[in-house]
Amino acid sequence: MSMLETQALTREFGGVIAVNKVDFFVEKNMITGLIGPNGAGKTTLFNNITGLDTPTSGKVFFEGKEITGTPADRVCRLGIARTFQNIRLFKELSVIDNVMVGRHFHAGNSHNRTIQAILSYLNVEKEEKKTYLDAMKWLEFFGLENLRNEKAKNLPYGYQRELEIARALATEPRLLFLDEPAAGMNPQETEDLMKTIRRIRDIGVTVVLIEHDMKLVMNICDNITVLNYGQKIAQGTAMEIQSNPAVIEAYLGKDEDEEDDEE
Amino acid sequence: MLNFFILILIYTCIYAFMSLGQNLITGYSGMLSLCAAGFFAIGSYTTAILTTSFGWSFWATLPIAALLSALMGVLIGLPTLRLKGDYLAIATLGFAEIVRNIINNWDALTNGPMGIQRIPMITIFGIKISPYQKYGFLLMEIIMLLICWFLFERLASSRMGRALEAIREDEIAANSMGINVTKYKVVSFALGAAVTGIAGCLQAEFTLSVSPGSYVFMVSIMVLCTVVLGGMGNFVAVILGAFIIQFISYLPQLIGLSNIIPAQAKQIIFGLILVIMMIYRPQGILGRKERNNKKAEKNWLLNKKEAINEHA
Repeated sequence: MSMLETQALTREFGGVIAVNKVDFFVEKNMITGLIGPNGAGKTTLFNNITGLDTPTSGKVFFEGKEITGTPADRVCRLGIARTFQNIRLFKELSVIDNVMVGRHFHAGNSHNRTIQAILSYLNVEKEEKKTYLDAMKWLEFFGLENLRNEKAKNLPYGYQRELEIARALATEPRLLFLDEPAAGMNPQETEDLMKTIRRIRDIGVTVVLIEHDMKLVMNICDNITVLNYGQKIAQGTAMEIQSNPAVIEAYLGKDEDEEDDEE
Repeated sequence: MLNFFILILIYTCIYAFMSLGQNLITGYSGMLSLCAAGFFAIGSYTTAILTTSFGWSFWATLPIAALLSALMGVLIGLPTLRLKGDYLAIATLGFAEIVRNIINNWDALTNGPMGIQRIPMITIFGIKISPYQKYGFLLMEIIMLLICWFLFERLASSRMGRALEAIREDEIAANSMGINVTKYKVVSFALGAAVTGIAGCLQAEFTLSVSPGSYVFMVSIMVLCTVVLGGMGNFVAVILGAFIIQFISYLPQLIGLSNIIPAQAKQIIFGLILVIMMIYRPQGILGRKERNNKKAEKNWLLNKKEAINEHA
């Protein structure tokens, strides 16, 4: 069984079927790409897997266990982290605090957390020190340690994207969903991002990404799934996808004349 | 005059308790709640009823009042806390009004609009803390306030405080980071309610009588004002805010102009303060308190230095 698997996942909004019986597979230690034209249902599929939305029907399995309809915080604790298409940082908090939020459920014991937090002054301090060290590792991973005391909202756009990934990685996921990580980046930044994603894979985190930048997708994805109008129309390696007639049709339309214009 | 100033300080302390709670709810978790008056009333009546009808000591009623307020906080929190902004404000406002109406009409328990009189004074180790000797009462209040303030400050600097701030900044992102948003919202609401209930106990013991007229909507507004004026997300600032609000509301009496300036004038002044603050200093007088990671940062730098030394 794949690391993550959806079976006939469907999400309807009123009469609109945003995701239609999609069987989506993610293999361990690979970089999986999810592409498709705007409105194809990519983000909806992400949301349904990560618990921000509940599928109308169908099932989601993670590492062999069914997680359909599990709330987002529990999904995160199970080892699935994500970033967002439009950056969702804690803007008024400092960079390090943003990452420390990602460490939240790793710190302390799970019982009587509130009482413990109020009463044991020493424990809080010890716990905070450890959380800080753990969080700092992820800032160092991205080379953001010198910006640690800046407010997240004051960071340049590219750094904000990296910080969001750092925050997600701080939860120590085994599976990381990136929703359009290269959106709004220049070619150089995209190049750096590709290296980063490979580094993330190399530390043992399986990566799934939605992306419109075809160069990035074709370069780093081991496996690509294509959605169109909520349906999966193709799945395969970059080579297979590029020559798949259904994909070409979805992106370029049916008119064959387009190919003649290439030169 | 000095006596009157002490009175202002006593009320400052009572409101400071409520401000601590409101600050946790609004300043940290970002929920606009308007039901301080409701929990205030629950606290007051718990003390009043248990001391007069059942002969309990004040100190025994204190935890009961806090627990009861917290329980009510959970009960109304669970269904309403999924509401946002103005909607939550209206739902909680409704709760406060319901509490006041119940108190007003449940004659058998609360004696209705007449209220409850002759509440026994607080005694501690056989010493009577009479509200007529204001210094003793003030001292007791200040000690209790310091304890509460310390506990809330610890809570805010723990990871729960950080989780609450994350929820305030972006609920969806916080949820995706493994934070159980509903749980933390309800817990912060219950803690805020508990401390507001404690304020109610002190109010009952200071006036030695309770009546529904003391728990009107204006109380909730004043508490919200203290938080906005002092600075959201800063416990010291809200205590300062409580003092300023109390000072302003008793200013006419303090300078002996109470027969010229009507008591209602303070409501106009509060309104003006809120408008002026929103325009010129929306973060409040002292502003939000930044999270302090200095100790942890020092520890990190130390560890780093050690690692480099080992390398060399």
